[in-house]
Amino acid sequence: MNKINTIIRKEWSEVFKNRMVLFTTAFLPLILTAIPLGIIYATSRSGDFSGITGDLPQEFNAFCPENFSGGDCFQVFIVSQFMIMFMIIPLAIPAAISSYSIVGEKVNRSLEPLLATPITTTELLVGKSLSAIIPALIATWAGFTIFIIGSWFMIANPVVIGNFLDTRWLIAIFIIGPLMALSAVSFSIIVSSRVNDPRVAEQVSMIIILPVLAVFFGQMAGIIILNVTFMLVSALLLGLVDAGLVYLSIHLFQRETIITRWK
Amino acid sequence: MITTQNLTKKFDQITAVENLSLDIPEGEVFGFLGPNGAGKTTTVRMLTSLISPTKGNATVNGFQVGEHDIDIRRSVGLLTETPGMYDNLSAERNLEIYASLYEVEDVQGQVEKYLRFLGLWDRRLDVAATFSKGMKQKLAIARALLHEPKTLFLDEPTAGLDPEASRLVREFILEIKQQGRTIFICTHNLDEADRLCDRIGVFKTRLVVVDSPVNLRRQVFGRKVVFHLIQADQSLVDKIAGHPHVSEANLVENKIVATIEDPETHNPELIRILVGEGADVQFIGELRRSLEDVYLQLVKNA
Repeated sequence: MNKINTIIRKEWSEVFKNRMVLFTTAFLPLILTAIPLGIIYATSRSGDFSGITGDLPQEFNAFCPENFSGGDCFQVFIVSQFMIMFMIIPLAIPAAISSYSIVGEKVNRSLEPLLATPITTTELLVGKSLSAIIPALIATWAGFTIFIIGSWFMIANPVVIGNFLDTRWLIAIFIIGPLMALSAVSFSIIVSSRVNDPRVAEQVSMIIILPVLAVFFGQMAGIIILNVTFMLVSALLLGLVDAGLVYLSIHLFQRETIITRWK
Repeated sequence: MITTQNLTKKFDQITAVENLSLDIPEGEVFGFLGPNGAGKTTTVRMLTSLISPTKGNATVNGFQVGEHDIDIRRSVGLLTETPGMYDNLSAERNLEIYASLYEVEDVQGQVEKYLRFLGLWDRRLDVAATFSKGMKQKLAIARALLHEPKTLFLDEPTAGLDPEASRLVREFILEIKQQGRTIFICTHNLDEADRLCDRIGVFKTRLVVVDSPVNLRRQVFGRKVVFHLIQADQSLVDKIAGHPHVSEANLVENKIVATIEDPETHNPELIRILVGEGADVQFIGELRRSLEDVYLQLVKNA
């Protein structure tokens, strides 16, 4: 545990000196929290939405109880469209950190002395993974908390806020978020075993954001409705994908392969 | 202490190390010489449990390679070909990280000890990126010593360093040699190997020969003694060549160069012969071959 701690602290003291990583970790959550808050602010001051429920996708009516006004429904709908953007945070931050932390070691040629210490591969991988996952989860959860607090001040109907804290978003933030962060780290480790430039690693690792964007545009187009079933199925699928990615990343992160083939 | 028996490493179809058998006792400074691609670094990586052998056995400090890998890594220090320090971190922070990973109890104490020992204490808060190549190399040596390993592996310790930095590193190696640690040095620098090593192994995928630098010279070229005379001629050479312990004698200007078995014993008698023949002996000395000559001869024949 002590060695895992050392790796985490080492990673943080090193990677956060990299501007790209710092930018991704600090500004991305702020921007992605500000967008839904901005929408709430704008919609709460816009005109009359009383007749809008008929224009919303039919499947969405399940999130729009009878006691909601047209304006409340519209707010819930439009904010839900952007809430999925929160899920970019647990993907982008680990991808940025781990692609730098692993390829950075390659570039520095510091992996060999590191592997020469009595650290096990598991300790090293867990340390590196946690150093990328923890900031991502802190940023996601902090962003979500800021969003809820901000909404509290801007939304007149507290039931609407309750809608943002319903089961599907709690599953998304507290179950899918960590699973996504694990996917991002595992994917970055796999990418890192094939490239030598941290910038290339980071750019390639960012491909992992594409499924979230697909869901975002899918729901915008009314093809996907983010209900509890969708979230649970997504969590299950992500769990399976993670198992595969973790297996692959561990398989590729063999000491001998790293020492002799990672050029 | 390092022992290997038929240690072999293959990468697909390529054999990097073949049937290496070595026995390096505790406290010895062993030089591992060989051309580029000879398999020296692969050997060090096997002995430090970074990669596993394809065949054969090895024990380091009493631990079996492939079975007690963590114990081996805990008991050895490794200076890799490139220092591989974390450039964005200070010298002190770099060493603290490694001290923790090596499970050092008194992290601060050991870090201070080696930073002072290597003359880097005043620069401890500077990031490693600002260090010269020599300073980074010293920092990497400190990293290899933090946990007081019994055995130290140094892969090209002075490669790419300027003469002053190389000298500092060599002096440092001599200091740690005094502490009784076993030191395994891979080097191309034959002068360095000659000065530092108790024994040398010449290696080119297979081990060509192992011996002390002095014995290697004798093995390859024999011991040659030069007799400087005021006036030398072939009859004097023939007299020397006729001695039962002289295998070869040649005339070079006014000098007789003779290959003699055990010169300490037979030189007085040979001088008496020369003087008896009326030769005026000015002085005599041993012809020293450089280790480079020995190495090139051995590698050529390998």
